[in-house]
Amino acid sequence: MSQLTRDEVAHLADLARIDLDDAELDHLAPQLNVILEAVASISGVAGDDVPPTSHPIPLTNVFREDVVRPSLSAEQALSGAPEVEEQRFRVPRILGDEQ
Amino acid sequence: MSETLVPFDEVIAKYDPALGLEVHVELNTNTKMFCGCPALFGGEPNTHVCPTCLGLPGAMPVVNGKAVESAIRIGLALNCSIAEWCRFARKNYFYPDMPKNFQTSQYDEPIAFDGWLDVEVEGETYRIEIERAHMEEDTGKSTHVGGATGRIHGADYSLVDYNRAGIPLIEIVTRPILVPAEKAPAVARAYVGQLRDLILALGVSDARMDQGSIRADVNLSLAPKGETKLGTRSETKNVNSLRSVERAVRFEMSRHAGILDAGGSVLQETRHFHEDTGTTSSGREKSDAEDYRYFPEPDLVPVAPSREWVEELRGTLPENPTQRRARLQEEYGFSDLEMRDVWAAGALPLIEATVAEGTAPQSARKWWVAELLRRANDAGVELAEVGVTPKQVAEVQALVDAKTINDKLARQVFDGLIAGEGTAAEVIEKRGLALVSDDGPLLAAIDEALAAQPDIAEKIRGGNHAAAGAVIGAVMKATRGQADAARVRELILEKLA
Repeated sequence: MSQLTRDEVAHLADLARIDLDDAELDHLAPQLNVILEAVASISGVAGDDVPPTSHPIPLTNVFREDVVRPSLSAEQALSGAPEVEEQRFRVPRILGDEQ
Repeated sequence: MSETLVPFDEVIAKYDPALGLEVHVELNTNTKMFCGCPALFGGEPNTHVCPTCLGLPGAMPVVNGKAVESAIRIGLALNCSIAEWCRFARKNYFYPDMPKNFQTSQYDEPIAFDGWLDVEVEGETYRIEIERAHMEEDTGKSTHVGGATGRIHGADYSLVDYNRAGIPLIEIVTRPILVPAEKAPAVARAYVGQLRDLILALGVSDARMDQGSIRADVNLSLAPKGETKLGTRSETKNVNSLRSVERAVRFEMSRHAGILDAGGSVLQETRHFHEDTGTTSSGREKSDAEDYRYFPEPDLVPVAPSREWVEELRGTLPENPTQRRARLQEEYGFSDLEMRDVWAAGALPLIEATVAEGTAPQSARKWWVAELLRRANDAGVELAEVGVTPKQVAEVQALVDAKTINDKLARQVFDGLIAGEGTAAEVIEKRGLALVSDDGPLLAAIDEALAAQPDIAEKIRGGNHAAAGAVIGAVMKATRGQADAARVRELILEKLA
């Protein structure tokens, strides 16, 4: 199992919008490696005949009928929003891509 | 940095392009991809939302079976293989258009893969290879407030409406398309156009580019002629008309060539297309796929379409476009030349719908390809978006057949229909366009015309019926074109018999 580098942790923190200073990176990078090593021990137990899974129950094709169900009212939908304007969620300035 | 644009002729002499098209199709299911909210265009802001599509804690998504069915039918129509087992994946990113902070998509296990679509440009057929078609969900709609232009840069804050968040999308991705440089813009346009027609024929989407139910991202790179390694690509997002697809390819080819000619390197980035100028501008630097940290969606179980289901859906596919075209040409009795014009104008589905309303094929062809195409070109829109429906064309032709109006007046009726003045009958009423059906005023006009030209009356009496033309012309002028010329002729000949 290759080690997670300090730079990789900094990059992941950046992607996850978590602001980590140098001291925190020094502290957390080795901890994450300990966790990864613990999880990696699973691959020592699982043989080639055990495929990785994303779901604990072997179900497939759980589909919903294409039938409309009641939505929330705008008041309900917006009730937890920190700020509302023109019946929309008001969010801070976005720097990045325009959709 | 100011851009140097190389004229298109010079670009194609020096470089070969590689195109890649990603087309997003919004499905016309009743409900969203993972919840029972209505999948409708528009609506009062934040009224088609629920805990699932708002990403509230504890809400669980469930896949819309109808959307999976549509995805499989699209895949089959594009000659794809259908996965025996595939999963959804989370595409993680922080952007408020998805309240969950991820978009549910598919990553390395698309529902459909390895297909193709043949497209025709100026009599040549190009096979476009389809890499994959996968299921995902649409995002919410942001409005940027403040700043000078209403654009994201310089905005003070943004307002988000999540009605669109979660509407089922199918993303169709091509393999690199390598065609002769001079054909690249037209092939890109033809591919998106034929894909749209196919989607319409499948009935799985409204397929309205102007409303965003089909959106194209255009990837383009250039390499010097003879070079086999592909150049660095740019990705122009959300190109929303066929004409814009063609223009975006053309512009990017000129822009890339300008950078490469100057010895520079093209930046791998997303670009925004501007309809008004036909240009693109820089969006953001493209992040690597790994940056989205895709992982299998643990809240959804895998989709494993049985082969029986896939074959059953294959049986529901519409006729393939090439066969359909040949069959309709035969049925309608169009010449090869007529058919080529019909095809180039994208008029075939419109003519078919008009014929289905009871219009003779040649009449339907005449209105769409001669009259309405000119108007669409003048307005810079697609024929289907000219503002007249097949049903309205059929109504107008029925009024011509009933001699309520003639072809010349019909053109004015189309003016009124495009201007939104109501039904054909209402336009005729409002504009006073009906032909004079009463013989009285026609006879009066004939008398007046004969009195003005006494020598003509003598010629007609003497058996020179062709001379009636001059009288008919005068009557048409007097009635401002609202006379039935054949009836006027009959009346003249009766009168002078």
